[in-house]
Amino acid sequence: MCLAVPGKIMEVYGSNGLRMAKVDFGGVVREACLEYVPEAKLGDYTVIHVGFAISLLNEEEAQESLETLRAISELSPDPESSEG
Amino acid sequence: MKHVSEYRDARLVKGALEEIRRVVTKPWVVMEICGGQTHAIVRHGLDRLLPSEINLVHGPGCPVCVTPLEQIDRALAIASLPEVIFTSYGDMLRVPGSGADLFSVRASGGDVRVVYSPLDAIRIAQENPEKEVVFFAIGFETTAPANAMSVLQAEALGLRNFSVLVSQVCVPPAMRAILGSPDNRVQAFLAAGHVCAVMGYWEYGPIAEEYRVPIVVTGFEPLDLAQGILGAVRQLESGRFVAENAYPRAVTLEGNRTAQGVIRRVFMACDRKWRGIGLIPMSGWGLRPAFETFDAEKRFDVGQIQPEESPVCISGQILTGLKKPEHCPAFGTACTPEHPLGATMVSSEGACAAYYRYRHIVEPAAATQRSG
Repeated sequence: MCLAVPGKIMEVYGSNGLRMAKVDFGGVVREACLEYVPEAKLGDYTVIHVGFAISLLNEEEAQESLETLRAISELSPDPESSEG
Repeated sequence: MKHVSEYRDARLVKGALEEIRRVVTKPWVVMEICGGQTHAIVRHGLDRLLPSEINLVHGPGCPVCVTPLEQIDRALAIASLPEVIFTSYGDMLRVPGSGADLFSVRASGGDVRVVYSPLDAIRIAQENPEKEVVFFAIGFETTAPANAMSVLQAEALGLRNFSVLVSQVCVPPAMRAILGSPDNRVQAFLAAGHVCAVMGYWEYGPIAEEYRVPIVVTGFEPLDLAQGILGAVRQLESGRFVAENAYPRAVTLEGNRTAQGVIRRVFMACDRKWRGIGLIPMSGWGLRPAFETFDAEKRFDVGQIQPEESPVCISGQILTGLKKPEHCPAFGTACTPEHPLGATMVSSEGACAAYYRYRHIVEPAAATQRSG
């Protein structure tokens, strides 16, 4: 139910007085309301839940977490790591 | 898909699991709050990849599961009225009330429609001015901004034929109810990432401190979950009890202030009953008096609702982390996703439904066939 998926903002427009967008979820495009992310702009990635953007994805934070996790996985003594 | 596929990288997940194995020295019970996380954990088999010291128990964070039976019975009664178009998120349609479900109301002629967003319900109300359009506004904090916006839109557009049947619940009071129970065995929480995307995680610091439990804001992909569990285990092993954020790409400490403002404008805190658990004081939201003209409970008189729950179901103990689905004698026999007896089997995100879907024990007949 609280499933929310990241998508990319492709088009921004107004409807019934609300700021709306076309959002691309890896090929599937759906409408979403941008009222809760007023700073959102074209090309931004946003988390959509029941047709509303609830959060903008922070690229720097994403890269930083991935770097930390890569460092952990390189440190861990994994006998199979040579395969990958 | 960006922001998804990176977090399904098997090598990184393995690395995080190795790190958990390296850090853990004692047995710990960790609860993931959110049903979406339960589903992801069981689907990817993460709980089976963890060292045996870590016991993951599944929390009450499935709004479809915990919507109280009387509210479902009320929905069924309203949806059966001839003047009503009843709109709902798809997950609610097969949730059984005391007798029927919304699917069977539709089969007997009721106008029940699935909507993807509450704004779809608004559009239906605009297109059907001669009908009463009711939206079943269920959910946790994640869904509240959308549900609240539907009320503000109805007001702005002057829609007199739109109302909401509200069943909003909140995570922090449920955490306190679990931690305050004398039977509690939860030692750390993975907090629900998308609830925190809306609300932030400032509410969790005081809970972590008061009950001495680590609380780690966690996302939904396998790597997010492994990272959340690693954060919890590191705190447990070092005797720290703070709220930390393992989902920083989507969550900030303060959360979405704009959304919180709209929630506060439309809703106010109230007591809520949780299916399988019972009444938790001030654990949800109801409409503020200024919006009571949009309250379906006030608009439609459907008489006294007297719900009847199955006496066999142990979902209350499952939702509070005391038991797991396989401990229930009815699991997979008397209780299945087609004929659920209670909260945790009714929604695909419920713990029992997830276990049934991904781990269903081989039927005796099938087992005999295979051995023969």
